[in-house]
Amino acid sequence: MIPLLLAAPLLLYMLVFYALPVLAMLLKGFGEQHWTLAHYASLADDPVFLKTFWNTLSTAALVTLGTLLLGYPVALALVRTRGVTAAIILVVILLPFWTSVLVRSYAWMVLMGRHGLINEALLAAGLIERPLRILNTSLATVIAMIHILLPYMILPIANALRQIDPSLARAASGLGASPFQAFRQVVLPLSVPGVAAGVLLVFVLSLGFYITPAMVGGPRDITLSMLIAQQVDQLNWAYAACLSTVLLATSLALIAAFQRLPGIGNAFRMNTR
Amino acid sequence: MTVARLLPRTISKAVVGLILLFLGFPIVVVVVVSFSSATYLTFPPPAFGLRWYEAYFGSADWLRPTWLSLAVASAVVALSTVLGTLAALGLGRLPKPLRVVAAALVLSPLIVPVIVVAIGIYYAFSRYGLVGSPLGLVLAHTCLAVPFVVTSVSASLAGIDPRLQQAALSLGATPRNTFLQVTLPLIRPGVIVGALFAFISSFDELVVALFLSGSGAVTLPRRMWDDLRFQIDPTIAAVSTLTIVLTASLLAVAHLLRRRAQGNLGKASVT
Repeated sequence: MIPLLLAAPLLLYMLVFYALPVLAMLLKGFGEQHWTLAHYASLADDPVFLKTFWNTLSTAALVTLGTLLLGYPVALALVRTRGVTAAIILVVILLPFWTSVLVRSYAWMVLMGRHGLINEALLAAGLIERPLRILNTSLATVIAMIHILLPYMILPIANALRQIDPSLARAASGLGASPFQAFRQVVLPLSVPGVAAGVLLVFVLSLGFYITPAMVGGPRDITLSMLIAQQVDQLNWAYAACLSTVLLATSLALIAAFQRLPGIGNAFRMNTR
Repeated sequence: MTVARLLPRTISKAVVGLILLFLGFPIVVVVVVSFSSATYLTFPPPAFGLRWYEAYFGSADWLRPTWLSLAVASAVVALSTVLGTLAALGLGRLPKPLRVVAAALVLSPLIVPVIVVAIGIYYAFSRYGLVGSPLGLVLAHTCLAVPFVVTSVSASLAGIDPRLQQAALSLGATPRNTFLQVTLPLIRPGVIVGALFAFISSFDELVVALFLSGSGAVTLPRRMWDDLRFQIDPTIAAVSTLTIVLTASLLAVAHLLRRRAQGNLGKASVT
């Protein structure tokens, strides 16, 4: 009885100010007066939706791949170093983690703009003759999103690497494996749960990105979140609700699918902040 | 060591160094630009000065949103810390099916895309005059801040040696005194860390504010967003630097508290 009394105020609060409002909004996608699936049926041959959905998924995939390639070596370095070096690496990873997305998108605008640092450096080096268009392209979105999501990949992988018994790698090299073989055949397979957790986390979070693509992305690279915001501005609630349901359902389906994988569900639960 | 063995190690160090540079450099750039003396955005700056900080501290257009964001975040801390700490104490002891549903409700804001939360709340709040009011922002930001408090407090609860509470009870303390004199001091660092995260999450929040701010309750991130859409002058770099310093100091406090708490718990369970 007492546990329920303690939890009740928060549960009531979340129900009233969060769950019910979101549910009521999502229900608008099923018709204003009577129930219908017409809005959802029309999504299937709605070119704007299909293009946006595809753009959102492919951006998420690119960002996930990028964070994995850049994140794994850093996670390895984080686990293998000690003392001051490890502390510095951790600060470099965590400070951006908690710096607002807005500030970091602004930083990329400074770097990638027409007269930004990257263009000025390339011009000075004589590699290009006119400034490149980097800002407001899909490349800019992918770079800025990789920057923002990299810690979400590094931390779960580092967590998995830390749990590997170091004597396993020593045993491998004692048995004649080269450092690369010991890594490829012992460390890498054992780190898979961490990799899977990182991939899931980054992919799901990528799907919901709004601020960054709106600020540094191209005018035509619209994400699902941007389309939803646009529809709300035009008071197109039914369409916005359908899109929200699709976005939410995609995220939840991915999480559910990953948790079925043996040994990975636990890793994910452990590593969500 | 031979060159053949040293080379891969040097290359891998260089690769990691470059990736860390990629992570840290943009933030360094913002800080450096904020001290620029130029009237326009250029990097590296021709000379250094404090003019953009003067521009920020001299402008009511920037200070008003700053105070609002600080006030909203403080109210969010109060509300989410009380609700979240109480809930964390209860959640772990609920019977299983109820516990799973309750945890899903409380923690789901971590994975539900913010835009979905934002427009859901906007849709409901617009009917009760909560758009363009600080109260609306506090109520909405609390929903997003609560998971940080609940996870942080739950983690410190899980770290308590149950024998400490049993000892207090067997020595004649009432359950109420056991809670106040044993449990509460032990989870205090977890509560404070949760409160700090709640503060940062509200202070930096933009998506919900885009819908709920209206014209009457413009937060600092909302003001920055409006500025970035129309003009980019280095005032925003000064504002960004100040928010980075604020966030970093709060995180440093959280980190120290965590370490001290771990030390205490270690000592406590040895005895």
